[in-house]
Amino acid sequence: MVFVPMPSFAKQEQEAPGLELARQAVKAERKTTTADHSQFKALQQAFASGPEISKACMSCHTKAADQLKKTLHWTWLDPNSPKNNQKGKAGYSLNNFCISANGTHDHHCNECHIGWNAEGKKAEIDCLRCHGQKKINWEEAFEDYEYFMESNDPEEKALAKEVQAEIQEAAQSVGRPTRKNCGSCHFSGGGGDGVKHGDLDPSLINPNRQLDVHMGYDGRDFECIRCHTTIAHRVAGRIYGTPASKTRQSLLEHDLEPKIMCESCHSDKPHKSSGKMNDHTDKVACQACHVPKIAKILPVQTWWDWSKAGKKKDGKPYDIIGPFGKPVYQSTRGETRWEKNVIPKYLWFNGSIQGATAKDIIDPSKLVKLAWPDGNRNDKNARIFPFNIHSGKQPYDTVNKTMVTPLLSGGQGYWSTFDWKDSIERGAKYLNLPFSGKIDFVETAYVFPSTHMVAPKEDALECSQCHTRPSSRLANLTGFYMPGRDRLKFIDIAGWAIVLCSFGGIVLHALGRIFTNGRKKEE
Amino acid sequence: MHSMKMITTYLYSRYERFWHWLQMALIFLLLITGLEVHGLYSLMGFEQAVNIHNFVGITWLIAFAFFVFWVFTTGEWKQYVPTTKKLFAVIRYYSFGIFKGELHPVPKRKGAKHNPLQRLTYLSLAAMLLPIQMVTGVFYWTYNSWETWGLGFLSLKVVALIHLAGAFFILTFIIVHVYMTTTGHSIFAHIKAMITGWEEIEEGVEIEDWEKASRKQFSETVS
Repeated sequence: MVFVPMPSFAKQEQEAPGLELARQAVKAERKTTTADHSQFKALQQAFASGPEISKACMSCHTKAADQLKKTLHWTWLDPNSPKNNQKGKAGYSLNNFCISANGTHDHHCNECHIGWNAEGKKAEIDCLRCHGQKKINWEEAFEDYEYFMESNDPEEKALAKEVQAEIQEAAQSVGRPTRKNCGSCHFSGGGGDGVKHGDLDPSLINPNRQLDVHMGYDGRDFECIRCHTTIAHRVAGRIYGTPASKTRQSLLEHDLEPKIMCESCHSDKPHKSSGKMNDHTDKVACQACHVPKIAKILPVQTWWDWSKAGKKKDGKPYDIIGPFGKPVYQSTRGETRWEKNVIPKYLWFNGSIQGATAKDIIDPSKLVKLAWPDGNRNDKNARIFPFNIHSGKQPYDTVNKTMVTPLLSGGQGYWSTFDWKDSIERGAKYLNLPFSGKIDFVETAYVFPSTHMVAPKEDALECSQCHTRPSSRLANLTGFYMPGRDRLKFIDIAGWAIVLCSFGGIVLHALGRIFTNGRKKEE
Repeated sequence: MHSMKMITTYLYSRYERFWHWLQMALIFLLLITGLEVHGLYSLMGFEQAVNIHNFVGITWLIAFAFFVFWVFTTGEWKQYVPTTKKLFAVIRYYSFGIFKGELHPVPKRKGAKHNPLQRLTYLSLAAMLLPIQMVTGVFYWTYNSWETWGLGFLSLKVVALIHLAGAFFILTFIIVHVYMTTTGHSIFAHIKAMITGWEEIEEGVEIEDWEKASRKQFSETVS
C-alpha cells in the first residue's frame, strides 16, 4: 500500500533543491583584487585632509563620485517619493529615535553621512568610510599632522612624518566594504549600538553561525555585499516604499538579479520536495521561520519615551544606567527600554514600508505608525514577515496635527537647551514647516523587517510555534483559517457532545444488558 | 439463552478481513494525527502529525479504490443496498428485545452478512461519510493548488470544518461499532469472526429472498 514517498519514514538522501541551488550560487571563489593600492603614486603623497585622499582616489576612479552621488547612500532622499513631500533622512521622513535629521542640518545625524565632515551633502565624499580597511581617528590624525608640521622642532617634525605614515597606510588600505564598514553606520544607527534594528548590531562584525548562518565566520562568512550586490555604487536593498526586489526570481531564472532576496539563491522551493514546508513560501516569508529571534547577543532598544526627557538633578542633566549596561533614562533623551532575544512581531509585508513624514496629518488619538509594512492577506505579493517594532512617545503639533522635528544636537539643539519649543521651531525652519508652538506627546511605532540573524536550520521555528493555540506566534493575524491555531467552537462542542452521548449511550445499554441478563438467571 | 444449535460458517473472505483491519488501522492513525493537527494535544509534534496524516490519508484513498473495485466485481455491493424491511424490528430488538433475551430478528447467515441497520450504517459510511472525508481531505492537502485549478472560491475554513465534523462522526461510529461487536451470542464472537472469517450462526435460519446478495452467488456458495 506504500505508494507515496514518505521521507520522514524513509530517510532520503536527496537534498532540498533550494539548498543545492544556494550552494552553487556561492561556490565560486571569493573575488580577488588585481590592484595593490600601496603601489599607487596617487596614494603615496602627503595628505593634510580627508578630501585630499578622496581626490587621490578619484584621480583613478573617475566615475566613482558621479555614481555615488546618485545613490540613496549620498542623497538620503527617496527618489520614488513625491518632491513636495519627499521621504528620506534629508527629506521629511521621521522616526521615533532622533526623530528627524532636519534636512541634514542636525550635525549629529550627519556623522553617518558618508562625507568627510558633518556638513552633510556639502562635504567631500569619504571613500574610506565604506572602503577603508584600517580605521584611524582621522580628525585627530590630521590635527596632529598639521600641528607638528607647523613646528620647527625636528622631533615634532619626525612625529609629523610618523602621523603621515599612519594616514598614508590607512589611505592605501582599501578594499570592498566589509561587515565592519557597513556596520559603522548600520549597526549603530539611532545614536548607539543596537538602538535601531534588532537584527543588525555590532555582534555581526564577527558573528558565529549560530548568530547568523550566512555571515558566521564558521559558516559561510558572507560580507554584507554578498547579498546586497552592487551596481555602480548602487547597493541592492529596500528604499522606503520601494521593495528590495519586485520580482521573486531565483538566479536560475535570471542570473543578473541582485542576490538580495532569500529566494535569489534558495529559490521558492527551499525545502525537500515532500512535506508541507515548500507550500508555505507563497504566504510566509523565509524570515518568519528562519529568524526566530533577534537581538540574540546584544540588546535592542524597544522603547524611547521623549516625553520624560528634560528632568534634571541639582540643575544638571543626568543618566541612569539599567540592565545590559544601557541607559534607561537620560535627561537628553528621556526613558528607554532594552531587550534581548526579542521575538519578532509578524505582519503582512509586500516589500514596501510606508513611512510617515513631517508633513503628514496624524490622528493623535491613535498609535501613530511612523513606519509600517504595506500589504495584507489579499495582496498577492504580501507574505507574513517578522518585524522588530520600536515604540515610543514623541512630540507633535497639537494645532497642525503633524509630527514635529526638533533640532537636537549643537549649541541650539534640545540636548543643550532642553527647550522643546525653541528646538522644534529651529528644526521646523530648516524644513520650511509651520509650527503652532503648541505641543503634546503621542505614542508612535516604527518597524524594522527582521531579515538578518538568520538562524541555522536546526534553530528555525517548529511548525507548532505557529500552528497552536493560544500561544501561536501568528495569533495576531486574522482573517484566514490556520490548522492547529483556529477552530470553530460550535463544531468542537457539537462534535464532542455526539461522541460523549454515544459513549454514554453504550454504557447505559451495556449496563442494561448486564442487569437484565442477571435477572433472567435468577428466574 | 439460546436453545438453537450453532454451526460455524465462513462469512468474511480473506480480502474482506484484511480490508477491515487495514481500514481500522488507517482510521485509528488518522484520528490520532488529525486531532493533534486540530490542536487537541501534543503527541508526536505538529509536523510529524501532518506528515503521517497526509501519508496515511493517501494510502487509505488508494486502498479504498481497491475496496470499491472488490465490492462491485464480487457483487458484494448488494449487501449494502438499504432496506426498510425489518429495519424497525432490528431497532426494536436493540432497544428492547436484547434486554429480554429475544432472538435477533435478522441474524447473520451466509450470503446475508448485514442486518438492515448495518446496511444503512455501512452504506452511509462507505458511500457518504468516508468519501466526504476523502474529498475534503484531498482538498485540504492540495490547498496550495486551488488557485491554479480554478478552485480559488473554496474556503479552507469550510473544508477544514467539514473534515473535522466528519472525524467526529467517524469517532462516534467507532464507539458504537466496537460496542455492537459485543452483542453477538458471546462478547467476542463477532470480533473473532472478523479475525478468522468464521462466524457461529444458528442452524436452520432461512435467508429471505430480499436478503440474498445474489441468487447466483448464493446458489454457488451453498452448493
